[in-house]
Amino acid sequence: MTRVPMKCRVCRGPAVIDLKRHNANFCREHFVAYCEEQVRRAIHHFRMLEPGERVLVAVSGGKDSLACWDLLVRLGYAVEGFYLGLGIDTYSDDSLAAATRFADARGLTLHVVDLETTHGFTIPVAAGATHRSPCGACGLSKRHEFNRVARDLGFGVLATGHNLDDEAAVLLGNVLRWETDYLARQHPCLPAEGGFVRKIKPLYRLGEREMAAYCILEGIDYQVDECPMAAGNRHIGFKETLNDLERRSPGSKAAFLFGFLDRMAPLLAQADGPGDAEVHACAGCGEPTTGDVCAFCRLRDKARA
Amino acid sequence: MRVLLRNPRRELDLEGITSVATLLHHLDLNPESVLVIVGDELVTNDAPLAPDATVEIRPVISGGADGATAAGSGGGDVS
Repeated sequence: MTRVPMKCRVCRGPAVIDLKRHNANFCREHFVAYCEEQVRRAIHHFRMLEPGERVLVAVSGGKDSLACWDLLVRLGYAVEGFYLGLGIDTYSDDSLAAATRFADARGLTLHVVDLETTHGFTIPVAAGATHRSPCGACGLSKRHEFNRVARDLGFGVLATGHNLDDEAAVLLGNVLRWETDYLARQHPCLPAEGGFVRKIKPLYRLGEREMAAYCILEGIDYQVDECPMAAGNRHIGFKETLNDLERRSPGSKAAFLFGFLDRMAPLLAQADGPGDAEVHACAGCGEPTTGDVCAFCRLRDKARA
Repeated sequence: MRVLLRNPRRELDLEGITSVATLLHHLDLNPESVLVIVGDELVTNDAPLAPDATVEIRPVISGGADGATAAGSGGGDVS
């Protein structure tokens, strides 16, 4: 039997990727156009950005953040990158090298802060000293430094490379435990308030596999190896579970996340919750916190003790 | 056929595999979780594979932020 190769849905040329959730295949040119359109729709739907607005994108050297930077530049935004050095052995060295290669090749500005140089600790040391998971210490440090550096550099908006799979996995984790406070804050666009810059996730409509494909097709040389400290974490387990569902029922991940955003997030936003605690400046660093001293400063002090 | 796998990086020599779909089935890999690259070309799940092909199976799942916290939600450092 003669095999009929998959064809691009748009031009009927040879396809390079099949997207079962859309029941569609694309050639390189039309897949890139599809990615651009998904990001354009995301920005428009949640009013993430004004035309030509300056954006700081947090980059790790991985596929999602570099694709996010590339796509925002393609769409005409003035984007600079920010890389946070975590001190995770050669993994951090290789990640910084990937981010630097990307920026240099395109003449883009990359800002770099190293946790050890600036704050005197690394993620492995902080995790050991505080008995937190490495991913917990990393997430806390990133949230603090992304906001601090964005404000210091005069950016009003910070973009991250969280994709559809990331958001669906976080949603699953929060639903399994009915973390209603976290669910109420899960949104692709969080407005600036109380010392926090606006935070946007322009890739929330695009899957992880799509972002890896985008990088391969656009020649973006990203850090392929996984963080050695993340292996086996809960977040990855949720993604694997969702991919098992997706294999049996294509479109499940998108339906789960988009349904939440369309139908549940507005209800949570209106619900009477416990109320937001008052936010003020941390006594140690000046970043917003609900306590006297923020969690990042407490983490840093324990790590350096 | 030479097959490169990542995370951890390792190589396999396989025989009798004729397509991407049969390769992923043979290795018990979910097509949602990987991309397949032959030479320098990204290929679809139905693509045939030559006996002397060099194939990279690239995982696409990455993680880090703890999924049960607000880490992925951008909730900010207010703890």
